[in-house]
Amino acid sequence: MTQLTAPFAESKIRALEVGDPVEITGVLFTGRDAVHKYLAQGGALPSGVNLRDGILYHCGPVVLKDEHGQWKVVAAGPTTSIREEPYQAQIIEQFGLRGVIGKGGMGERTLAACRAHGCAYLHAVGGAAQVLAECVRAVRNVYLLEKFGSPEAIWELEVERFPVVVTMDAHGGSLHREVLAASQAELAKRL
Amino acid sequence: MKTLQDSLVELIRRTSAELPDDVQRGILAALAQEQKGTIAQSAMQLIERNIALAKQKSQPICQDTGSILFYVEGPVGLDQIAFAETACAAVKLATQKGHLRQNSVDSLTGKNDGTNLGPGSPTLHFHQHRSPEVQVRLVLKGGGCENVGAQYSLPHEKLMADRDLAGCRKAILDAVWQAQGKGCGPGILGVCIGGDRATGYEYSKQQLLRRLDDRNPNPDLDRLEQDILHTANQLGIGPMGFGGRTTLLGVKACAANRLPASYFVSVSYMCWAYRRQGVTLGPSGEIQQWLY
Repeated sequence: MTQLTAPFAESKIRALEVGDPVEITGVLFTGRDAVHKYLAQGGALPSGVNLRDGILYHCGPVVLKDEHGQWKVVAAGPTTSIREEPYQAQIIEQFGLRGVIGKGGMGERTLAACRAHGCAYLHAVGGAAQVLAECVRAVRNVYLLEKFGSPEAIWELEVERFPVVVTMDAHGGSLHREVLAASQAELAKRL
Repeated sequence: MKTLQDSLVELIRRTSAELPDDVQRGILAALAQEQKGTIAQSAMQLIERNIALAKQKSQPICQDTGSILFYVEGPVGLDQIAFAETACAAVKLATQKGHLRQNSVDSLTGKNDGTNLGPGSPTLHFHQHRSPEVQVRLVLKGGGCENVGAQYSLPHEKLMADRDLAGCRKAILDAVWQAQGKGCGPGILGVCIGGDRATGYEYSKQQLLRRLDDRNPNPDLDRLEQDILHTANQLGIGPMGFGGRTTLLGVKACAANRLPASYFVSVSYMCWAYRRQGVTLGPSGEIQQWLY
């Protein structure tokens, strides 16, 4: 198990390879459909959100306010990443992302951006909202909550030993591409 | 109505936080199948831990608490308008309590008012039956798996799929292959052969009300179900699309009449977080029995 701790330097990311189990400790920013479209169309990053050398998490958590007015993450698994394929490469390049956490994998343009800019796609287990919420130590802030609503807002989360698997690395490797091709060949034999 | 509302909030809570026994057994069996030390096995272990934790904490198994699909069976004379109003109030309350995510967005304005109420949310299907009993079933179906659903119109030239069961098989397996890990496998397929574009999808979703371990009474459909399940699990897509032995946990298929001109095969994909529960209600709306 590789421990990936902040700061997420390029060298640490480039050392990762497809299939590596990793635990992340540091700060994650959530961002999903609305945020990707907004940023790709030139929307300004709210002040306080720093994605440079950061990790973006494709996630729309369930968050409640507790009796002290503090945000508490109730459930926080990944959402399907492929919907961000039209935007992800640009956002990796423009904002200097080092990691993207999601599920289901992404396409060739994102893979090329990972290679060119030193980023990795980190796969969390979809639907595992409770195990992953347990890793969230604190909600530091929330941005664009009014504009996009709770699931689509940018949540700044402090996480500890957040479990992921590298499925697209910075060397052009993609588990998703491999499984797609292998399963196509197996299917062809059975038709 | 207060008792009915409490019962429906409890139905929503339990559906969101606890998987039914048949699904849990399916997941445990799948975990035992995966090879030791693979990322597929660790994904299944994490899933198993997640199921236990959600139940223990009474919190959503998955943060995407999904489309809210009620299936209500009741006697002639059941006041559907009053029931629907109470169901909406229960959904709003369950959202405030965090059993449901603020999950319903106005498609034109993009606004999410945080209530989970609006056109099409929740969805209520009413059916009458000749019994005084009221049964309410609930499926919470997340967006990731909904997005990988597919509908084929046969014949399909590229798939070389004709208008017969062999053609249906090709279409359904193509849907499994296209889905890869994007629908949070191992998944469960609800399939409808025939119908129109709307009823085909609708009936395919209703198949998800069946127990995972039941068998189809129609021998042709039973053979198709078993064949798809067996074949899909040889493709090596595996949990989360990580590669591995379990791609599907179950296949449930039905057939509806079609027009001579149409031959649709509709596939609804359900994620492993197969949130389905149901209750029989007593005369005052109290929960008498859990159905799964």
